[in-house]
Amino acid sequence: MVPPIDYETLRVIWWLLMGVLLIGFALTDGFDLGVAALLPFVAKSDEERRMVINAVGATWEGNQVWFILGGGAIFAAWPFVYAVSFSGFYLAMFLVLAALILRPVGFKYRSKRPDAKWRARWDWALFVGGLVPALVFGVAVGNVLTGVPFRLDSDLRAFYEGTLLGLFHPLSLLAGLLSVAMLVLHGAAWLALKIEHGTVHDRAQRFGQIAALAAIALFALGGVMMATMGYGFRLEGAADPAGPSNPHLMTMLAAPGAWLANFSAHPWMLAAPLLGFAGPLLALAGMRARREVMAFGGSSAAAAGIIGTVGLSMFPFILPSSIDPASSLTVWNASSSHMTLFIMLLVTCVFLPIVLAYTAWAYKVMFGRVTLHDVRTNPDFY
Amino acid sequence: MVDMAVIELSRLQFALTALYHFLFVPLTLGLSFMLVIMESIYVMTDRPVWRVVTRFWGKLFAINFVLGVATGITMEFEFGTNWSYFSHYVGDIFGAPLAIEGLMAFFLEATFVGMMFFGWDRLSKRQHLFTTFMVALGSNLSALWILVANGWMQHPTGSHFNPDTMRMEVTDFGAVIFNPVAQAKFVHTVSAGYVCASVFVLGVSSYYILRGKWVAVAKRSFTVAAAFGLASALSVVVLGDESGYTLTDNQRMKLASLEAMWHTEPAPAGIALFGIPSMEGRKTLYEVKVPYVLGLISTRSLTGQVAGIDELVVKAETRIESGIKAYDAVERLKVNRGDMAARAVFEEHKLDLGYAMLLKRFMPDPRKATPADIEKAAWTTVPNVPVMFWLFRAMAGLGFFFIAFFGAAFWMATIRRFGCANGFCRLFMRAAVWIIPLPWMAIEAGWVLAEIGRQPWAIDGVLPTFLGASSLTVPQIWTTIIGFTALYGTLAVIEVRLMLAAIAHGPIEDRASGGTHSQPAHPAYAAVPAE
Ligand code: HDD
Ligand code: HEM
Ligand code: HEM
Repeated sequence: MVPPIDYETLRVIWWLLMGVLLIGFALTDGFDLGVAALLPFVAKSDEERRMVINAVGATWEGNQVWFILGGGAIFAAWPFVYAVSFSGFYLAMFLVLAALILRPVGFKYRSKRPDAKWRARWDWALFVGGLVPALVFGVAVGNVLTGVPFRLDSDLRAFYEGTLLGLFHPLSLLAGLLSVAMLVLHGAAWLALKIEHGTVHDRAQRFGQIAALAAIALFALGGVMMATMGYGFRLEGAADPAGPSNPHLMTMLAAPGAWLANFSAHPWMLAAPLLGFAGPLLALAGMRARREVMAFGGSSAAAAGIIGTVGLSMFPFILPSSIDPASSLTVWNASSSHMTLFIMLLVTCVFLPIVLAYTAWAYKVMFGRVTLHDVRTNPDFY
Repeated sequence: MVDMAVIELSRLQFALTALYHFLFVPLTLGLSFMLVIMESIYVMTDRPVWRVVTRFWGKLFAINFVLGVATGITMEFEFGTNWSYFSHYVGDIFGAPLAIEGLMAFFLEATFVGMMFFGWDRLSKRQHLFTTFMVALGSNLSALWILVANGWMQHPTGSHFNPDTMRMEVTDFGAVIFNPVAQAKFVHTVSAGYVCASVFVLGVSSYYILRGKWVAVAKRSFTVAAAFGLASALSVVVLGDESGYTLTDNQRMKLASLEAMWHTEPAPAGIALFGIPSMEGRKTLYEVKVPYVLGLISTRSLTGQVAGIDELVVKAETRIESGIKAYDAVERLKVNRGDMAARAVFEEHKLDLGYAMLLKRFMPDPRKATPADIEKAAWTTVPNVPVMFWLFRAMAGLGFFFIAFFGAAFWMATIRRFGCANGFCRLFMRAAVWIIPLPWMAIEAGWVLAEIGRQPWAIDGVLPTFLGASSLTVPQIWTTIIGFTALYGTLAVIEVRLMLAAIAHGPIEDRASGGTHSQPAHPAYAAVPAE
């Protein structure tokens, strides 16, 4: 059977779907990460902390699946990217995994014993579980932008020359901080929506405003670095967008400044960075005006805009190599086969709407603000 | 050449993290369905005591479930971090079931589990039962898809090697999904999970009955566990794993090695009850055999032959020779994609390409192999026979024991109604507490058997394990092994303590969870008879 959609189109669709998954992750689990990172600061007493935890208590588990599905979908649609990136970022991945292991356990086990020391320890676990992934994801994106030090041999086996400390350079640090600011903003906006009016709610709004300002400043600084320090790669000659997934069949070069070229070639793409600025501004305005839905909309737009900016600036590159640009992975040389992309698209078209439907139902069932009264009386609360 | 230290450490880490993940999985698989049964009885009879039963086991379920989730995240990413070449080489096929698992199963269980824990006051009874059912369905569907992935590693159907992309690609997706090995594994593995949960519920209930605590809750739980456990124990044994064993040379090697059958025997072959297999002598000492049984089990006939290890090794030699031709053709195609002669040779020998790669353990270029090298490589297709032999006997022995055990429990719960004067009941209850760890042992033995039996292949006949690993350094892998061991060790201690505390606490509930206010929360608890 030959799939009815051509290979090139399917590759672009799956590139878009990868973006949808990353943004889906940032919009849902993103606020859980932000909330956990804010926990020690917005809530001081045990009851306050339990309000914050229960503001995400019933839904973080489902949200986390966006992250897991992100891994699975990249494996299925971009196996090369899955293979090279996770082993290339080996120790950084371990940090993320360890933090993400602490998080579920923190949510569930913290409430199992009343003593204060036990709970304080889990509060720190939750803080780490929120902050570390947010930071490392950003640092990883910063490294993808500058290129990752790997090369492929003739069997397409990947070899790396990087170290854990080598991951930290000015652009990646900036990206890490931007990612934290973005997710903390989103977490604060969620808390403002989900917690009854009072001290915790107001603290969340204050932290949210700081995070919004930081996000704007860091995003602008990122733009300046892009324009002045010249990062980028480009394809040389005619690459066959429907050819076999094999980097050795095309030529990629380092081309400082190329990451901005897409925006001048296709001005509509500027919508993404504009959204990246408009979102945090909207969130800021919403928080000042105590319009919580508007603030949450703003923080969501911020995440979509910032992630979209990175993806669009690099297209068609996905994972460039800093030491051997000819090994770089792009939309045209790193995907699954034509057949697998098509079948996985069918599966996604069937199941993603179902997932969205019952997720919406779950949020509807859990609708409403968490109150101090709930925390004191509901035996099911964490 | 490959760095064997990196390979061994990667295998060690994968084994540790997978075995650890699978401590929590079987209880989730089984307990989720037992919760559905208990809650259904509550909805049908409307008796508050069944609500208490459901919520109590639900609390233990939650403590276990969260570690299943936390350790599963590691597994999802470990293929990429530690088995990078494996992921590249077979991702086109292997990635699909993992992605489908996320989309179809993990979302389901993880979204509904939140409502199951938090929705008691917000949902109607029927709606809540529905969410519990969705959690059970999601968990079991996740088992199905991960076992489709694992089944494909054992019996890689519906795919071929593409020299243009230097990897395996899918040719028939239906064959990947409806893989008979995957189906056999699914039935066997989820039944094992049900046995595990039944033993757990039965053991804890027996403890309460022995102590005279929460007897109303305990007797009801005991009865559910006895019935569910008996059905599951029969299913584990009767629907065992034999069906896949005649499909490929490597599966036949697995069968021969778990039976320590060094030489092909005239049909129908006998099964060994006891013996001491020796890798050096390539024979089994002090064997005690029951005639016919093996032939009957594994070929379901009196005439089908079970191939012996010797014969399979000779076959592997010819496949290595053929594979070298395929390997040579691929190397030529790398230089010139248009070389039609090389393509023709490749097509003829491509099914044996993986066998040539076995030689890479000894030399960088398999084309330089001497007949002695080929023989040496062919012998690496034999897994560790003594380990296979004994793990299999441990698991199968426990399987028959569980049938007897649940038979007795069922008899006691339904016919004797927990009343027997001669002390047998108390003895049985005490035993029930002590055997709680046994299903975990059978299950971990089963996995080690299945995975060691697959060696030296990561993908049977396609990709040797030692080629699948990432190009990492030894210190990197030690860092993560030590890190995971420390983290997992700590969490294991905490979880066991919390479980024991929750069991000691019993089905009473506090208003603020674990909190400082401890007046009874729900009128239903007043209805629990103390007996
Ligand atoms: C036969 C069953 C089975 C097997 C062989 C595995 N798992 Fe598992 N896994 C489950 C059955 C399961 C489950 C029952 O669905 C879990 C366990 C407890 C739980 O909470 O869900 C789960 C949880 C779980 C999660 C978290 C899901 C969530 O957030 O709900 C992930 C990402 C994985 N697993 C991934 C894996 C991978 C990559 C495996 C292969 C090495 C693996 N599991 C083996
Ligand atoms: C959760 C249950 C599982 C357990 C307890 C388990 C156990 C093990 C063990 C003991 C090993 C080491 C074998 C050796 O190197 O000698 C191993 C390796 C491996 N297993 Fe599993 N396994 C499980 C499930 C799976 C599943 C479902 C998959 C695939 C979908 C899988 C894929 C692998 C891979 C890729 C390796 C490393 C390569 C290899 O050694 O062959 N495992 N596993
Ligand atoms: C007479 C009883 C039994 C027989 C004949 C039997 C047979 C087998 C065989 C042949 C395998 C290896 C499958 C493979 O390599 O692909 C296996 C694996 C396994 N067994 Fe059993 N088994 C029995 C009882 C049990 C029991 C009682 C449990 C646990 C309660 C159990 C749990 C498992 C598990 C978890 C696996 C690994 C998953 C799989 O490969 O399906 N088995 N069993």
